Amino acid sequence: MNAEKEPLFSSKNIKLLTEPMNDSNPITVQVLGICSALAVTVKLKPAFVMALSVMVVMAVSNVVISLLRKTVPPRIRIIVQLVVIAAMVILVDQVLKAFVFDISKQLSVFVGLIITNCIIMGRLEAFALSNKPWQSFLDGIGNAAGYGVILLIVAFFRELLGSGTVWGFKVIPESVYDFGYENNGLMILPPMALIVVGVIIWVQRAKNKKLVESN
Amino acid sequence: MENLVNIFVKSVFIDNMIFAYFLGMCSYLAVSKTVKTSTGLGIAVIFVLGFTVPVDYLIENYLLKEGALVWLSESFIDVDLSFLSFIIFIAIIASMVQLVEMIIEKFSPTLYSSLGIFLPLIAVNCAILGGSLFMQERAYNNIAEATAFGLGSGVGWFLAIVGIAAIREKIRYSNVPDPLKGLGITFIITGLMGIAFMGFMGIKL
Repeated sequence: MNAEKEPLFSSKNIKLLTEPMNDSNPITVQVLGICSALAVTVKLKPAFVMALSVMVVMAVSNVVISLLRKTVPPRIRIIVQLVVIAAMVILVDQVLKAFVFDISKQLSVFVGLIITNCIIMGRLEAFALSNKPWQSFLDGIGNAAGYGVILLIVAFFRELLGSGTVWGFKVIPESVYDFGYENNGLMILPPMALIVVGVIIWVQRAKNKKLVESN
Repeated sequence: MENLVNIFVKSVFIDNMIFAYFLGMCSYLAVSKTVKTSTGLGIAVIFVLGFTVPVDYLIENYLLKEGALVWLSESFIDVDLSFLSFIIFIAIIASMVQLVEMIIEKFSPTLYSSLGIFLPLIAVNCAILGGSLFMQERAYNNIAEATAFGLGSGVGWFLAIVGIAAIREKIRYSNVPDPLKGLGITFIITGLMGIAFMGFMGIKL
């Protein structure tokens, strides 16, 4: 028995939760999980549901793969990972269809595409395969939270500027519309998501000099 | 025939996998540093999409969707196996990618080594799974339509990645502000390209 057991919330473990929020953010730094981040951020509600679904899939897959890490032969590990992820996503998809059917229709194919969300595979390969279950669980939650934060920021701006609402509630008063203000239709369209993320990267790197790429 | 060309052109320009749906962004951003690797990866994606979408179409219509199993026995009319789609599609894609990998290794070892890890990563390229899922959602009428869609999506993805690679190669010598260098400016350029491609939306074929 180990005499020295690392406390559940030691500073090293807390780092697993906080680093992906900024320094190693999956979307803006690791360049993973871009596809779904751009597509489901037209409004806040679907973005939130997506972030939550990814968090559930990531946390559980990380733990399962971490528990299996000593028994899976390296040659078939990708297939094993895909099967674990796919099984979790099927579960999440059925739950979403049962409890929030209209949002599940809005998300359409992107729930299935959680399977190919590079963050999940990426973290399984980079972390869960060589770390213990509790750390893997925290890493999963941390990265999913970092992903979720970016999703919510992009969705907030796109919904506010594109439809004048936040979470479905009208925020911009009628008087501003009468003045001549119009909802920015471009925000609802896909390309703006790319530009918003580009701006987020700009702001993040301006504040955090060590992330600047030198080429 | 006209319908097929319609679907093909639509999936190359109007329903472009990258600019309209953002599928395949990760490898798009990572491999687009040079035109050479982008062309190689793009062609591999065309192959994989061109094969997996028709194959998945057959599986969807003869195995998975509600009432698909009637050819086995009349009593199966209520059976709906579509919840298995994710796992089966992914299995087909993984095996196709393995096949493409073996073919490329045999016929062009230089391309194989320059693509490196990104060749097996096509298996988790959202564009490939997305292609099959869109095919499932849109319920094409026959396998020719599904193939036209698959090939069109691949060609659209290929166009996008080669385009951004060419631009990135040129932009290395421009005065991009430091925090935007590399990833940031690529996002913004892709957004602008997306807006440009939207110009195709009004075209009636």
